[in-house]
Amino acid sequence: MSDINKNVKKVRPHINQNEGLIFEKSSTGKRGYKLAPLDVPAVDSAAALGAAERKDLGHMPAVSEFEIIRHFTRLSTWNYAIDLGMYPLGSCTMKYNARVNELVARLEGLAEAHPHLPPAQAQGALRILKVLSDALIEICGMDAITLQPAAGAHGEMTGVMLIRAYFQAEGENRKKILVPDSAHGTNPATAVICGFEVENLKSNPQGNVDTAALAAQMTGDVAGLMVTNPNTLGVFEPEIHKIAEILHAKGGMLYMDGANMNALVGKARPGDFGVDVMHLNLHKTFSTPHGGGGPGSGPVACKKALEPFLPTPVVVTKADGTLDVSFNRPQSIGRVKAFYGNFGMHIRALAYIMANGPDGLRMTTEDAVMNANYIRKKLEDVYEVPFSAPSMHEVVFSHKKQAEHGVKTGDIAKRLMDYGFHPYTTAFPLIVPDHGAIMIEPTESEPKEELDLFIDAMRCIAREAEEDASIILNAPHSTRVDRFDEASANRKPVLRWKP
Amino acid sequence: MAYPANYRYTKDHEWINVEGDAGTVGITHHAQESLGDIVFVELPKVGAVVEAHKQFGTVESVKAVSELYSPVSGTVTAVNEELASAPEKVNADAHAAWMIKLKLSNPSEANELMSAEDYEKYINEEK
Amino acid sequence: MRYLPKSPDDRIAMLGEIGVKSIDELFSSIPAEYRITRDLNVPRQMAESEIIDWFRARAGEMTAGHAIMLGAGAYQHYRPVIIDSLISRGEFLTSYTPYQAEIAQGTLQSIFEFQTMICELTGMDVANASLYDASTGVAEGVLMAARLTGRMEAVVARTVNPQFRQVLATTIKHQNLPVKETGYGDNGRVDVSALEAAVTDKTACVVIQSPNFFGTIEDVAAVAGLAHKKGALLVVVVSEAVSLGIVKPPVEADIVVMDAQSFGVPLGFGGPYCGVLATKEKNVRQMPGRLIGQAYDKSGRRGFVLALSTREQHIRRDKATSNICTNQGLMALVATIYMCIYGREGMRELAQQNLSKADFAAKQFAAQTGAKVLFGGAPRFNEFVVQTKDSPSSINERLRGKKIVGGLPLTEHYPELGNAALWCCTETVSKENIETAAKAVNA
Repeated sequence: MSDINKNVKKVRPHINQNEGLIFEKSSTGKRGYKLAPLDVPAVDSAAALGAAERKDLGHMPAVSEFEIIRHFTRLSTWNYAIDLGMYPLGSCTMKYNARVNELVARLEGLAEAHPHLPPAQAQGALRILKVLSDALIEICGMDAITLQPAAGAHGEMTGVMLIRAYFQAEGENRKKILVPDSAHGTNPATAVICGFEVENLKSNPQGNVDTAALAAQMTGDVAGLMVTNPNTLGVFEPEIHKIAEILHAKGGMLYMDGANMNALVGKARPGDFGVDVMHLNLHKTFSTPHGGGGPGSGPVACKKALEPFLPTPVVVTKADGTLDVSFNRPQSIGRVKAFYGNFGMHIRALAYIMANGPDGLRMTTEDAVMNANYIRKKLEDVYEVPFSAPSMHEVVFSHKKQAEHGVKTGDIAKRLMDYGFHPYTTAFPLIVPDHGAIMIEPTESEPKEELDLFIDAMRCIAREAEEDASIILNAPHSTRVDRFDEASANRKPVLRWKP
Repeated sequence: MAYPANYRYTKDHEWINVEGDAGTVGITHHAQESLGDIVFVELPKVGAVVEAHKQFGTVESVKAVSELYSPVSGTVTAVNEELASAPEKVNADAHAAWMIKLKLSNPSEANELMSAEDYEKYINEEK
Repeated sequence: MRYLPKSPDDRIAMLGEIGVKSIDELFSSIPAEYRITRDLNVPRQMAESEIIDWFRARAGEMTAGHAIMLGAGAYQHYRPVIIDSLISRGEFLTSYTPYQAEIAQGTLQSIFEFQTMICELTGMDVANASLYDASTGVAEGVLMAARLTGRMEAVVARTVNPQFRQVLATTIKHQNLPVKETGYGDNGRVDVSALEAAVTDKTACVVIQSPNFFGTIEDVAAVAGLAHKKGALLVVVVSEAVSLGIVKPPVEADIVVMDAQSFGVPLGFGGPYCGVLATKEKNVRQMPGRLIGQAYDKSGRRGFVLALSTREQHIRRDKATSNICTNQGLMALVATIYMCIYGREGMRELAQQNLSKADFAAKQFAAQTGAKVLFGGAPRFNEFVVQTKDSPSSINERLRGKKIVGGLPLTEHYPELGNAALWCCTETVSKENIETAAKAVNA
């Protein structure tokens, strides 16, 4: 084992604790809570509820407080995290999750605020919504915004619904949405939910939107195009103005998936280059923590033409300067979520914007693009670059050279774990041939040191592919658990513990 | 791998064994090889009507889903229930692991499909 | 900028190695007319202390330290301290979606435990790893029922939270799925005979909430019977998760949509919360959202992986069961820890306290002249509706000075109830505050 890992510089093996399921430590009579005594008469639940009473809480756990601390602390040590090291995942923007964000989100007046508070008693929260809204509108170059969607996919749905409502109001029954073949899976999934037909738009050989194909496919039946810019290859669409023109000439709308905003903030604004509506991912560009899979937040910003259709309620400023909420939007698409959206993430995103200011935001974007280009420069001799266009904040390689030795992108990703990194995004975007994509986004949060360790690891693995591919094919070797038998897990899924 | 001579084959890698106006349908060895470990097969109900070259079900591996296209038009007369609990049978022997049986509405459609020889040539060209 | 780990020398060195003279060259692929040359008009860069001061000022413009007697889809419960201690660990807070199982077993195992506990509480066979909240969950549940039955109509009770019904309407607007709403009786429960008349052989599902928006517990078995008789599915929404500690779980349902917000997730002015969808085993392949399954590695060790991913958008794209990608992972962890803390005994004792507090409160209100507690005749959990002579907003205004936030006026969504408000009483409201609130119905 020490032989195959002789080139690993970033990590060393370390003892970490085993831990079973919490149910396996439960025994009747153990408890982790104590409630304050009732100061009102106790009700006889059998009398109060009758047949609706529950007698038995089955196999809910019964453990002490300290066992809970041990249990989850041990579990946490099995996770990789941004706090430990770089996540090169493409289009995920795994940047530093600042801790001041966590503190301000927990301030009692905000954390304990009930969402049904009348506006007069919720001025602080409404002010946060307003200041964040204004900042995001400015960053995007748009006219209006909703903070209600709970995540990127939810934002996409909202944005596409705005488009649909717009055409309905115009008396036009446009049935199609164009989606590039390089798009993230949520794009076509979303278009279908909104009742559109998805029409695929092939990329050109450079991996960009094929404007000739777009011109051919753009008809009066197409409501819009969903584009990601920079695209999922990390490349800025060089003909974005032409794309917008082709759409607008036939009355169509340009939707932008804002997942890659980390390449643009403070340097270019989507509203300026012809985007009509877009969503943002606060859990990507604006540093709110990923938390093992969420929560996120997916605000949707739009131009004036779409403003009447935004979800309600909308925050408005009264004549006396105080804030209120309005439901008086006759053309609104309605609600996309209860209450105001993931407010906790709004707080965190605003704190991030304030910590940066305009200069910090610009420098952040510059460092993000610089880091990705540094990686590209240092790896382009050992990993094939399938599309030669310049990279912005992320770089996409392919496994072509390594595949000659039987090593694929998924295998390299597993071996990268032995080197102490989380894998990059494998096999996406789909336009990289042979499902061979190696998609890397370092973000601005990575020091040169971490980037150099990553580059070194990737170079070692490229060498291993030539010298002894089996090391890679059997990776990871150093993790707590080996590769799982996913086929069996999916054939006969076991989705809960049973006694 | 020998492709049974009495079967006919589609470009989407399904096979059909036609006997009179009855047909048995499955996917080829080549198909199961490219899919990898099969974890689930979604099939229509008995009585469903299928059309030539239209989707009749799906086959899933861990990380991918593929559509199943009917080689011919007809009505489903039987469904292989074994595949519900043991989809891996398709990996073990794709030419024996039948998926649906059909009553063909237009038996001449089968003549347009590839022979075993043509199919083998086709998959070699694909490579 | 203090988050950026580069010195000016680092940047010079790196730009040199890349082979460009300045950072601007790396942005040259953006057409010149779109490159911004001015500062964005956003707040200037602030010190950490300034950020905290600013948010503290905002927090001071809210209701800190007030007693909260509002429910209606968001519930104030005491949050045990160790929840934040644990979720603040960087390995939980800053980790990604667990696609790489070998280095995400912490997240995967905790979600497997979450799924198990939700099944135990709801009586379902399988639960997902979370959805955004109950409002979007209702839409997901209805769409799932439509996929399962092949039918395209839904019947929804008016006793389902109005916001849930609004989100459902928005989400399915383009799915050709008409929704019929049915009313409620004097006991606060959905009108079963109206429901029966509304359900046809084209109905994909009936949707009820229990405890419902008025706090009343529905007769889930009866509703299930009449839905199933016509081949429709039953979707039951559980908005106040604490109720599951003492109220019989909706085992007759086909799909349960819930919010686990009550399980330690802060009110937070409306989000993030913790939606979940649970169902019977035979429906699992039509479920939206992530699922964690048990698996064994090459050496036979038990662990956990993302399962049945072929349902999801990253594989199925336009044919996915939902477009959901990011969910509410960290909130599910909050709920998991909370459920461990209270556990088998505590969930029941906590629910019992809620029942007792609300029962006491209802009696206090009922004893006031000019006040009437509606919907007697069916059991309730921790919410109830009070009809008053004075308007709910005037009553709530009186309570402002007493640092009590009063019940939710129902005039907007239930104008037929006149001057009525929905009051909630969890274990967090003191006897003293309850008495003060009740007395405030009269000036």
